[in-house]
Amino acid sequence: MIVYLKGIAATGPGFEDWNALSKHLTSDVGLDPDFVPHPQGDILSSVERRRASVTVKLAVDVAQAALQQSGMKSEDLALVFASSNGDTNTIHQICEALATPERFVSPTRFHNSVHNAPAGYWSIATSSMQPSSSICAWDDSFAAGLVEAATQCVTENLPVLLAVFDTPFPEPLYEKTPGHQPFGVALVLDLIPDGSLAKMRIEVDGDVNLATTPMANLQLEVIRCDSSASRSLPLLAALATPGANEVVLGYSGDLRLRIAVENLHR
Amino acid sequence: MDAQLDTYIGRVDGLEDESLVTRFKEFDSRNNRLAMLGLVADNFEAAAAAARTRYGAHRIAVIVGTSTSGILETEQAYRQRNAQGKLPGNFNYRTTHENYSVADFVRRYLALQGPALTISTACSSSAKVFASASRLIANGLCDAAVVGGVDSLCMTTLYGFSSLEIVSTTPCRPADAQRSGISIGEAAGFALLEKSKDQDDSVFLLGYGESSDAYHMSSPHPEGAGAKLAMSRALQRSGLEPAQIDYINLHGTATRANDSAEDLAVSGLFGSDTPCSSTKGWTGHTLGAAGITEAVIACLCLREGLLPASLNTTMVDPDFSMNVLLENRSLPVRRVLSNSFGFGGNNASIILGYQKL
Repeated sequence: MIVYLKGIAATGPGFEDWNALSKHLTSDVGLDPDFVPHPQGDILSSVERRRASVTVKLAVDVAQAALQQSGMKSEDLALVFASSNGDTNTIHQICEALATPERFVSPTRFHNSVHNAPAGYWSIATSSMQPSSSICAWDDSFAAGLVEAATQCVTENLPVLLAVFDTPFPEPLYEKTPGHQPFGVALVLDLIPDGSLAKMRIEVDGDVNLATTPMANLQLEVIRCDSSASRSLPLLAALATPGANEVVLGYSGDLRLRIAVENLHR
Repeated sequence: MDAQLDTYIGRVDGLEDESLVTRFKEFDSRNNRLAMLGLVADNFEAAAAAARTRYGAHRIAVIVGTSTSGILETEQAYRQRNAQGKLPGNFNYRTTHENYSVADFVRRYLALQGPALTISTACSSSAKVFASASRLIANGLCDAAVVGGVDSLCMTTLYGFSSLEIVSTTPCRPADAQRSGISIGEAAGFALLEKSKDQDDSVFLLGYGESSDAYHMSSPHPEGAGAKLAMSRALQRSGLEPAQIDYINLHGTATRANDSAEDLAVSGLFGSDTPCSSTKGWTGHTLGAAGITEAVIACLCLREGLLPASLNTTMVDPDFSMNVLLENRSLPVRRVLSNSFGFGGNNASIILGYQKL
């Protein structure tokens, strides 16, 4: 499959946005050791912003940043949201409430608990009636999301906005599922080459001996292994580095995703 | 599970006594037990094994829809926290609850190694698996796909829907003037999708359509705009006219809002002739498994030449224009459209049928 990248956004431990991350990836500029994402959910109405959780805000913030860069209209884009655990705080709060004698689950908390809550909030905020999907595949959620988005782009001839995000569980679930520091990444994929940032050829490879691409920098390698969203880092590095680059991401089981990137920076 | 609610619950009998075969002990949860029952039903396991021989394990995808997966296990673990607030040592979140655990269990159980994912878009989840699988096959990422849906009873949905005041105290009555909400059920179902072959007796996925309401997180668009768009796109993809659909299996949850909005969408697109019914009076609303449950029912309609009545419906809402069946009807059925709509305004329609007239 060949798709073209029209917009890109990322935020995570040590970097506020794609600009900061790409500078770090291509120069000596370090990560900001004190920075952690504080999602705002600016695209949401004030009512929805009060109802939405941190996880939802992280997802819509990064999606909005990629959309803005693409210059495209939200109502033209199909949507794929991927996350390994979804809304971690809401899951915790519901399980905690259900362990009390009252067992009261508030309506807002209940609708926030669905895995597709960010997609719902996004479509309401942008008035987009385009298809949206919300998926997960544990550590391979980014790779599976990229395939879901690319196949939709190619088959339905629609530009697709992919947003992948993870947030940590609070205790006691954190002990069972550690890591997942807030990390969000979003890509706008299109079939039309005009004005694109990069060309991406995506192929599935069944060669079990094909090694997945690590991050050369140890600090980034630790971040890469932390969540499903952060496993996008090798692709983000390939997109930040001028020229042609190839990366291999882990996919389902022992399958690999081989992605050939050709940067076409304007 | 001991939900203390005044409602009718569609429970799968004997699930508590099922045990997963030893090699899958770490996946043992109500949800994966239900998945296993679905996999062994109707010789599905054997059909998947035959496909594995035909195509190779790496060439068969696994795509499962679920809304809450095995969250019941985490709910129970939270009740068993110790004095320090820690969860029980033997509780395994990743293999028993996490949304991908059910797809992971299915791929391991069937020894398949192709692309695998869970789609979790609430009650449209296991209708969307058909669209996703169709795209993977069309783009050569696999030759076949096991698609399905598994959603099991849990307190999150029972108490959550109760809190929204859309749970019926009696078995649900879709499209009825007196309808008062949903009856929650549980189900697992699977289908094997392969590339088109010229086999007259095979059921084909003729089309699918997806859309978003862009209206409200837990209420449908009042005019059914998103539902209508999903059905239109399914018709467009199949190249069929509305009059060529023999039967519509409604989403038909029996809430006031869903059934009214769906009536406007269906009658707006199909008029008042096309026979339609909700089968949730028979099965309950199986949430993330509703799409596959009703896809299986659509296949039965095609094979048996039977259109099912809307069970428990005595008087159709006088405001409705769509043609709701109050009695079973026997006649040749060639094409069925099935609707599945979910929270977040997530809509999917699929068309199943025979390719040749």
